[in-house]
Amino acid sequence: MLINDGIPTAEDLAKVLPSEERLNKGPIAITECFQEIACNPCVAACPHHAISMEPDINATPKVDPDKCIGCRVCVAKCPGLAIFVVDMTQSEGTAAVTFPFEYIPVPEKGQLACGLNRAGEEMGWFPVLRAVSGGKKNLTYMITLEVPKELAMEVRNIKAGGYRDGK
Amino acid sequence: MIRDVEVLVIGGGPAGLCAAKAAADSGAHVLLLERDDTPGGQLVKQTHKFFGSERQFAGTRGFQIGEMLVDEINAHENIELMTDATVLGMYEDGIVTVLKDEKHLKLRPVKTIIATGAAEKFLTFPNNDLPGIYGAGAVQTLMNVGGVKPADKVVMVGAGNIGLIVSYQMLQAGVEVECVVEALPNIGGFLVHASKLRRAGVPILTRWTVKEAYGNGKLEGVILCQLDDKWQQIPGTEKDVPCDTLCLAVGLTPLAELAWQAGARCEYIRELSGHVPICDENLMTTVEGLYCAGDVSGIEEASSAMVEGRLAGYAVAVALGYDVENAQKEVDAAKAELVELRSGPMGGKIRAGIAKVEQKRGEA
Ligand SMILES: Cc1cc2nc3c(=O)[nH]c(=O)nc-3n(C[C@H](O)[C@H](O)[C@H](O)COP(=O)(O)OP(=O)(O)OC[C@H]3O[C@@H](n4cnc5c(N)ncnc54)[C@H](O)[C@@H]3O)c2cc1C
Ligand code: SF4
Ligand code: SF4
Repeated sequence: MLINDGIPTAEDLAKVLPSEERLNKGPIAITECFQEIACNPCVAACPHHAISMEPDINATPKVDPDKCIGCRVCVAKCPGLAIFVVDMTQSEGTAAVTFPFEYIPVPEKGQLACGLNRAGEEMGWFPVLRAVSGGKKNLTYMITLEVPKELAMEVRNIKAGGYRDGK
Repeated sequence: MIRDVEVLVIGGGPAGLCAAKAAADSGAHVLLLERDDTPGGQLVKQTHKFFGSERQFAGTRGFQIGEMLVDEINAHENIELMTDATVLGMYEDGIVTVLKDEKHLKLRPVKTIIATGAAEKFLTFPNNDLPGIYGAGAVQTLMNVGGVKPADKVVMVGAGNIGLIVSYQMLQAGVEVECVVEALPNIGGFLVHASKLRRAGVPILTRWTVKEAYGNGKLEGVILCQLDDKWQQIPGTEKDVPCDTLCLAVGLTPLAELAWQAGARCEYIRELSGHVPICDENLMTTVEGLYCAGDVSGIEEASSAMVEGRLAGYAVAVALGYDVENAQKEVDAAKAELVELRSGPMGGKIRAGIAKVEQKRGEA
């Protein structure tokens, strides 16, 4: 369980996963933030006012599926590194998963990286679509990985280093 | 010679920096003393992004918050900052003694704010004196201030925020983190920190503890074992984990000795993690003119330490008659901010601690 091993359960995830219909329309943010803590930078970060928190700063964030356009701005802003963007429309068989990354070396676009799930288990090698810096002050990178659709809700990180070139 | 000081702030962490600024912004003259060679307190080594709201700089990294606060202090004409200055004693006649450059200074402040923060706790188990066993704070300082990779293979004890964050920062520094062990049945730190470690492959073992450490002249490994629900080690669950470093993050305890020495009433309050001064709602101790802010009056967070600093600083300004109307408004605003920060489920412990402080105050 999340509270004693750090791994969110299917039940936890069910609370934040967008509907399949919404997922098939394009990229959307998923806040894997399940505990009521005094924190709210995600709310201010979203230029589209898609993240809300009611009644106060201790509530967990909610993403409005109609307002979120999957722009990824919030991913690097969240201090808990808990926001991911999933795009199920990447291609016929693949999805694009964006996650925050704070290790060196940072992979380059086009390289293959070893994807990890929420338990840190290796899920295979996948191409890096983007590696974008959150800025000089923010210092968090946003990595986008292209994974088979069935792994879109599994892969949430990559192993730092050992990246391979090419396909 | 005794130097007269209007407002003395002891400790240059987030609480002390914010206290100094609040009092000085209102017009008071402040002397801020820090025993380290750089001000910033715990913030200096916090390379992760902070939580809280915008008012407490959430989303900004701890050391960057520290730099911002220190820049404001340095630019302030009403504040004198003295580093490498350790307060040694506070006496009942109001005299404060300081060690600065091997010299003894004597100060006579009108108002004093103690913001000395906290010290790390240790753990007892066989061979806990082997080289290679450190407090998490020391490891974090080595790594994030000194730029030294502190270990090759580490076991972390404690899944509170400090244990989780320092484990993550060791991963970032290229250290292999074998596991985090926690005696409690649940992870005490923020679950987002736990999940971040877990998806990097670090197991978090709740209801486990260190049975003993071993090594010839230095740490070579630890024996971990599982605990039952009565906190007894379960025979047969021992696990031998080779490592060169064992890192302890088993809690902090307030550094309240100065308040104690000055004659302020202190009480042991478990929820606040130790002996703490009994303060009123303006953070004044039972000694007139002596205030406490930040971890020294109960272990909490940098966000609340900053707000407490502001509260104490403005309360001192009101007491001294500086910019009273505005300062009083700021005092009220800070109180409301603290209530909000502490209102969630994670604030339960601190709320219970504060309720006990209020109860003790009533008993006096
Ligand atoms: C690993 C770690 C991660 C953390 N992460 C977060 C986080 O994400 N968010 C958050 O809000 N909080 C976080 N905290 C907690 C936060 O850092 C502390 O609660 C906060 O620093 C307390 O502020 P303070 O000013 O009371 O004390 P401190 O920061 O400890 O400052 C006290 C200062 O007083 C000085 N001092 C002590 N005694 C004397 C003396 N006799 N004379 C002169 N100077 C003296 C010390 O040198 C020190 O600089 C974290 C803490 C740690 C250790
Ligand atoms: S992805 Fe963009 S639009 Fe969606 S919540 Fe994040 S910042 Fe807002
Ligand atoms: S910023 Fe991140 S950790 Fe904070 S509430 Fe939002 S999603 Fe949770």
